[in-house]
Amino acid sequence: MHELSIADSILEAVRKERERLNHARITKVGVRIGELAGVDPDALSFGFEVLVKGTDLEPLVLDIEFKPRRQECSQCKHVFTVAGYKVDCPSCGSRETRCVGGEELDLAYLEVEES
Amino acid sequence: MSRVTVEKKVLSENDLIARRLRARFEEHQVFCLNMISSPGSGKTSLLERTLERFKPGERVALLTGDIQTDNDAKRLARFGFPVKQITTGGTCHLDARMIERALTDWPLESLDMLLVENVGNLVCPSAYDLGEAAKVVVLSVAEGEDKPLKYPSIFFKSDLLILNKIDLLPYVSFDIGKAREYALQVHSGMDIVELSCKTGAGLDGWMNWLAGRREMAKAARASTSGRE
Repeated sequence: MHELSIADSILEAVRKERERLNHARITKVGVRIGELAGVDPDALSFGFEVLVKGTDLEPLVLDIEFKPRRQECSQCKHVFTVAGYKVDCPSCGSRETRCVGGEELDLAYLEVEES
Repeated sequence: MSRVTVEKKVLSENDLIARRLRARFEEHQVFCLNMISSPGSGKTSLLERTLERFKPGERVALLTGDIQTDNDAKRLARFGFPVKQITTGGTCHLDARMIERALTDWPLESLDMLLVENVGNLVCPSAYDLGEAAKVVVLSVAEGEDKPLKYPSIFFKSDLLILNKIDLLPYVSFDIGKAREYALQVHSGMDIVELSCKTGAGLDGWMNWLAGRREMAKAARASTSGRE
């Protein structure tokens, strides 16, 4: 259960961004979690809620966008979403594909109240 | 309400320290491996068998992570190489800051290789870069052969899969062919070595992989410095 550590890192990052934004009121933080990131979105939401409660950042909302694994075909350059671990190219059948998405653990955006 | 784009890594702080560590390892030509598995799959036994095979003069050191106790460090210290225990006190993974802290009083110039034994856990350690040259995942045949499908992140990020405890194969229902197939589904092209720390079978395969990767790192370094 490292999602609590991840949630803590998100709050730390939000605090840093808040300084950069001249202490604007931040209402929502958007993150992208890839399916290969090894982070469970539900556990992360839970950990986030627990950590944010009673802090200066409350009520801060966490918005998680889940990103599936994506591969690019080395032959025909087709980019596709992987379902059921099938990494062969669905377009040309090539077995030579490389991972181009699904490892995300990114802070994407903040929603800030206009002053 | 306005939206501000940030586009940063959530673990940018950890990644920053990991980059710093990687640069230090590079500077002092230290080959670092991050060894990961679930609890009880035999990481410490594998390290014992590995240290046994090193010559006394080998410049290798170990960091071993656990939530509590320094039992593993004691087991590994018997071989005469420097060992340090990192006790996380509850945290389920090692992070780059713990490694950096553990290395403060360790001169990297006296080392050629650093083996890091992560906390027994197939999930959390996969998210934290420790500045290593490669991750190695250990799976024992006493577990389920579908672990690669259940915990894809760590199998995807590891360069080598070690299938350990193959001496138990006659007694368990583990399908080693399936385990290989699942691992390659998640990470095509990943190296796989089957071995038993108990009988010693397959250990040469692991030692050869290790030697090969160290040679590769050395060659890469030589070609980079040649270009400069």
